[in-house]
Order: sequence, then C-alpha cells, then structure tokens
Amino acid sequence: MSEIILTPKEQPQVPLEAPNIKPDVFAGKTIDEIKEVEINYGNDTVKLSDFFDVEGTPGETAGEIKIIIDGDVSNTKRIGQQMTAGEILVKGNVSMYVGLEMEGGKITVQGDATVWAGQNMRGGELEIMGDAGDYVGSSYRGDWRGMNGGLITIHGDVGYEIAEYMGGGKIVVKGNADHMPGVHMSNGVLIIEGNVTSRTGGEMSGGTIVVKGVIGQFLAGFKYWGVEKNIQVDGEDIPGVFYKFTGDNAIKGANGTVYVAVAGNKHVAPE
Amino acid sequence: MERIIKNGVVYCPLNGINGEKMDISIKDGKIVESVSDDAEVFDASGQIVMPGAVEVHAHIAGAKVNVGRMMRPEDSKKDAEGTVEATHRRAGSGFSVPSTHMTGYRYAQMGYTTAMEAAMPPLLARHTHEELQAIPILDHAAFPLFGNNWFVMDYLGEGDIDSCAAYISWLLRATKGYAIKIVNPCGTEAWGWGGNVHGIHDTAPHFKVTPAEMIKGMAEVNEKLRLPHSIHLHCNDLGHPGNYETTIESFEVPKGIKVNPATGSRDTVVHGTHVQYHSYAGTSWRDFESAADIVADYVNKNDHITIDIGQVTLDETTTMTADGPMEYDLHSLNGLKWANCDVEMETGSGVVPFIYSAKAPVPAVQWAIGMELSLLVKDPAKICLTTDSPNAGPFTRYPRIFAWLMSNQYREDMLENKLHKWAQKRSSIATIDREFSFYEIAQATRGTPAKVLGLSDFKGHLGAGADADVAVYNMNPDTIDPSSDYMAIEQGFQKASMVFKDGELTVKDGEVVNAGLKGKTFWADTQVEQNSYNAVLKEVERQFVKYYSIGFKNYPVEDEYIAKSAPIKGVML
Ligand SMILES: [Zn+2]
Repeated sequence: MSEIILTPKEQPQVPLEAPNIKPDVFAGKTIDEIKEVEINYGNDTVKLSDFFDVEGTPGETAGEIKIIIDGDVSNTKRIGQQMTAGEILVKGNVSMYVGLEMEGGKITVQGDATVWAGQNMRGGELEIMGDAGDYVGSSYRGDWRGMNGGLITIHGDVGYEIAEYMGGGKIVVKGNADHMPGVHMSNGVLIIEGNVTSRTGGEMSGGTIVVKGVIGQFLAGFKYWGVEKNIQVDGEDIPGVFYKFTGDNAIKGANGTVYVAVAGNKHVAPE
Repeated sequence: MERIIKNGVVYCPLNGINGEKMDISIKDGKIVESVSDDAEVFDASGQIVMPGAVEVHAHIAGAKVNVGRMMRPEDSKKDAEGTVEATHRRAGSGFSVPSTHMTGYRYAQMGYTTAMEAAMPPLLARHTHEELQAIPILDHAAFPLFGNNWFVMDYLGEGDIDSCAAYISWLLRATKGYAIKIVNPCGTEAWGWGGNVHGIHDTAPHFKVTPAEMIKGMAEVNEKLRLPHSIHLHCNDLGHPGNYETTIESFEVPKGIKVNPATGSRDTVVHGTHVQYHSYAGTSWRDFESAADIVADYVNKNDHITIDIGQVTLDETTTMTADGPMEYDLHSLNGLKWANCDVEMETGSGVVPFIYSAKAPVPAVQWAIGMELSLLVKDPAKICLTTDSPNAGPFTRYPRIFAWLMSNQYREDMLENKLHKWAQKRSSIATIDREFSFYEIAQATRGTPAKVLGLSDFKGHLGAGADADVAVYNMNPDTIDPSSDYMAIEQGFQKASMVFKDGELTVKDGEVVNAGLKGKTFWADTQVEQNSYNAVLKEVERQFVKYYSIGFKNYPVEDEYIAKSAPIKGVML
C-alpha cells in the first residue's frame, strides 16, 4: 500500500482545477514525477508542486495508492475526476466537482463539498462528512443521462436538485435536502434521513426515494398507496412506518416510488 | 498578388476536368489563365485539387440554431477547443451545433468556402445576419421562410401572383435574403392551431390556400423575379411513413414552369431538400421501409428538379426546423427536451435533440435511404450531398459520407457489423455496388450546388473568372484506392492540406491559419413594377401597424449589418 501526502500550501483566490489528483495519474510515478503533474490555475497550466508539498511512498497501480490531502482545498475543483481505483482522503473542505464521473475507488472528504459533487458518477464511493451543495450526483448541465452507479454518502446537509436525472446507484443524505431532490430521476435509490424543503421526486419516472424526516410541499402528481411498515429498498431493510406514493404522473408512464415517514408528515397523506 | 498551385490533380466538373494534372493560377482573389514568374508557388503534386465546396443547405446561424446551442450545454461539452493565439483562432464549442467561429473553421478545414443558411425567419433576419457575420471565412446567404407567411398565403389564396412577387421582392431586400424557402407549406401555420396539413391539398386553417397552390405560386414568382436559385422546398409530411407520394406529388407541381434566372446557369425550377426524410414507404414505424428507389427514379426521369440528400450520419445530434408540428412529433417519439416557437405572421420552429443509433431499426433504414438516393440518382448534376446539418448529423461528417459513397466495402462493413438488419431488409442498399469517383464527389459538393444556387458564374469551379476558392487534399488519386482505403479518404477530406479563400491561404495542413477573413453576403436584389410594388407595400405597412410586434421602419436589415454585401440581381426594371 502506498500513501502519497499532498499538503496544500495556500489556496489561491483564482480556483485550481485538478482532475489529475487521482491514483490513476499518480500510479507508476516517483514522488518527483508526481510533483510535475499538471494542474490548472485559472487559465494557466502549473505544476502540482506549485500549490502542494508532495511526499510519501509511490505505488505502481492505482488500486494500491491512497492520496491524502492534508489540509483545506476549498478552492480546488475536480479532485478525483474519472478515478477508477484507489483512495483519496481530504482532511478539509473541497470545491466543485469532487468525484466527477468517478468509476471506482473511494473518496472521503472530512470537511464540506460545494456543488456538483459526484456528478455523472459511474461507480465507486464518495463520502462527505460535512455538507455538500446543489446537484450532488446529478447529470451534466442539460444532459438527461446522469449518475448511474456507485454510492454517495453525505453526512451533513445538501442543496437543490440532488440526484437530478439519476439513473442508477445510491445516494444517502444523513442531513436535510433543499428543493427538488431526485428531480427527473429514472432509477436508483435516494435516501434522505433529514427533512426536504419541497417537491421531492419532481418529474421522476423511476427509482426510489425514502424521506425519513419532514417533507415540505409535496407534488400533486403522486398517487397515494397507503401505509407500509419496515420497508425493503434495494435489498436493504429500513425500519419505520411510511406513506407510500408512486409517480410523478406529470410524466407519461412514470413508475417512481416515494416513501415518506409517517411521523411528522400527516400533511401529505390524503386522508 | 499572384499565386500558383502547381501540379495538382484537378477535378472541376463544371469545366469537365476529370483528374488532369494542371496548375491553377490566382490573381487578386480570382482564378486567371496564367500568372507571371513572380507568383508565389504552392506545390500540390500528388494531391487532389478541387474548387472550394459549396454547402447548399445547413442550419448555421439564427434564432433556432442559437436555441439549439442554449438548450444543449451537453452538446457543447462534447466538443470544445481553445484559442490559438498564433493564428488568432478563437475558442469555440459544440459537436452538433458549433459556435459561430468554430462553424467557419470546421467548414474551411474540410475545404468548404461557401455555405447557405437554409431557414431564416424574416422577423429574425437581423439575428441571423449577426451570426453569419460572426462566422469567419465562409461566403454565405440565408433563405427567408415563405411557406407559412400570411401575406403570401393571402395573395396566393387569391391567385394574385403579381402582388405576391412584389411582396417577396420587398421581403428579400428587407431581410437581405437570397432565395424562396418553403417549409411544410400551410403545415406550420396549422400548427399554430395545434394541427398540421397532410398531403398537399389540405387548406390552411383560416386561409383559402393549399400547399400545392403555395408551391406553384411561389415557383411562378421565383421565375418572374428571375431569382438565381429555384424555390427551395422542404415538402409536407416530413418523416412520416408513406410520405413519398406527397413528395413526388409536390415535385410535380412546379413542373412546366419556364426556368428564367437573370444570372447563373440554373436550369431547374425546384430544389427538393433533405429528400431522405421524404422517401418513406409503409404506413407506420412498424412496416416502415425505403421508397428511395421510387423517388430516385422520379428524379432520374425529370429534368426540372435537383435534390439534396439529408444523409443520416448515425450520431447524437440536434434537430431544428421551421416544421413546428414535425418537431412536436419527434419530441413525442423520443421524450427528449423540446423548444417550440411561433414567429408571428411568418413561421414557427422547433428544436429537439435526437440520437440516430445504428443499432436501432429506424435510423438504420434512414441511413440506407440516404445512401440509396445518392447512389440511385444516376447523374450527380442532380444531387447535392448534405446532412441538413445538424438535423441528420453535423456537417463535420461529410468526409465520412464521401467515404461511404466511394467504397462499397465500407458500406458492406456498416451493413454487416454496425447497422440494424432493417437497413438491409427494408431498403435495396445491399444490392447497390456503385462507387462515387472523385469527380462525382466534386460534382455533388461543388458544381451542382453552385449551379442550382445560381452562383456558378464564380463559385464551384476553377475556370478563369471564378473566385479563387480552392481546396487541396493530400490524397494521390494514382495510388489511393478509395474502395479499400476508405479510412484514408475520410481523413483526407476531413483536413484539407491547403484551402484558399479569395486567393488567400486560409487552411494549411488541416489547420485554419487565417481566421480573420470575412465572407461575402449574397442576397437577391430585384425590382418589380412600381405601382404594384407601392400598393403592396402600403398594405404591408397597414398590416404591420395592426399585427406586428415591430414597427415597419424597424423591420429591414440595414446595410450596416452586412460587412461585404454581394447583391445578386434578379429581374430589374
Ligand atoms: Zn434544413
């Protein structure tokens, strides 16, 4: 097992874009070679070592490499973009697009992430211990083909339109979600343990959403099926009592499922 | 400035030159018989030399093109390039709908030097010209849409050809438009009421005119105004199984009208566009099959018509047309995002992304139909190769289409390994072994489009007096066998080794080296009898006050919009 430690010098005001910070790029390189890896600083191309101290033991294959970013990278975008194996641990906050299009391996962020975390994710695991912004596990802007594999876990709160156009995989939010989680979702599982502001599953055509907290304004396009106890979603037992809905019938032939905890949600049940 | 392109193998169908080794001399932006010894020499030995190619029908500028860009950031993401400071190249993006600068660069890289914007809503002529001005290198023109225009529908409903001619004369000048474009005549107007017309004998709602009367009337107006191009017809029932009967019936309508252009050497009265979409047999998508053989046979037997193909390239692309109801049908079919627009008293439009998957039955047959049309129409003087870009695929795929047409082996590989079996079962493509020659490719991309557009006095050929638009491709016809080296053909046409525009070296080794060139804007300048013109304009002004969202005086595109104005004269009094 190889550990490569990147210690951020200072986060510049102009964002860094660092899709090359991933085990796939570091594999087979010496520490000196890793220092030369290109990242973008605004519209300039610079070396990794211009903004990070690099040390540790190199590794031959991505799968055996763990990258530790030892500090705050809150103005560094695209960490772990398209990574396929290995591990990244960020001991601070990250900027946009962490784990963009990732296919395998694991990214852990001990702080917060901003928007587009895990956009278009294909596989692997992305775990954020703090909060994340809008569009967690979404599609690229405009695209109708979004995340279709992997697991995203957010321990804090998330913003608008998470799991937008989600077509597979799983997202778990331990905190609260803002407007329209699972909008246009067609497959996969979205579990929100906290509250949702409004419009859960708007125009969803498939997949499953579970909300354990209080759901705000709900959409009229869902059909109510009654109360279910101790549900099973994607092979996982979820204890509790839930209202079951399907929809969103604003979409032709829609067959999405939304479970909403009975506790605190009397306002969405038709009776 | 004198230049000479030496020792190339020249294909220039309008002058009957078929693969002759010769020099091309250039002076002051024109082709000349000879130049002095001081001329700058460009060596083209072992390379193909053709006139700059002419795009007869594409969607490259204007409102719906821009809607396509705006509603598809995911298309922009697929294809982007940065600035190149050394040659002043600007950044751009877009696979199926590239941004303006990239549009100019990519056409030029393939040896195209002239391109037509095939659908300009008159009300949005300013926007269209603004974008055309932002496309570097290419000479261009735009075709205003007339097929659902209320004035035209009123005049032709009453059989008033003279007033209609006066109106069209005015509108062509007001919009700096080039030709009469007709899209689903009466159908887009019906779409304003949620409907469509079927065939060419339905009457438009609230008007007294049928598609047949619109086609005939405008073909008469076209020759009365002595316009350079013929009417440019997107038939009714586009994309509907069984529509080939409507197509042939529509082509019959203007037959017999006397061809009468004031300039150029056009000898046809109607240009049928993207005919692939109009050559369908069957009654539904289930029994859908090709009728390309029947349509090609019609074209072979009739001399009043040219067509362009609208070849499906099997890509994910963006469809966009003034055929509003058709786009709604498409959106209902594929469920993807849809933009829809009604342009007041003039036209409408729609935009929908589309994925032509080779493995899906219908796109496979559509691909085959395009190929059949190109190969079954015997005389390339009757066809122009197009993709109706970006509708059936982006124009950047032209080199692949040339390679498909030049290699039966390439097509067999497609049929055996890539395409759904319907391509073979529902069309005759597997039985056709004809292969295009370089000469025929040059004809269908240079000579024929230039001639049918009425630009062949100075476009589409390399005779003395022509604009010095020249494309050189690094392929040696003596050593290359297009039949088996089809990938080399595709690559060779994708990136020309040299392209000259108005005599200036614009592309070198496949890269744009002169990105700042501005193209000319062709537009049709005609004059009709003054009394009737004044009467018509008075009525138009009255209608503007009553119905239009814009003042009559604010409507025309001012001369300031056009950097290099190139009026082509029609009838003049
Ligand atoms: Zn078109």
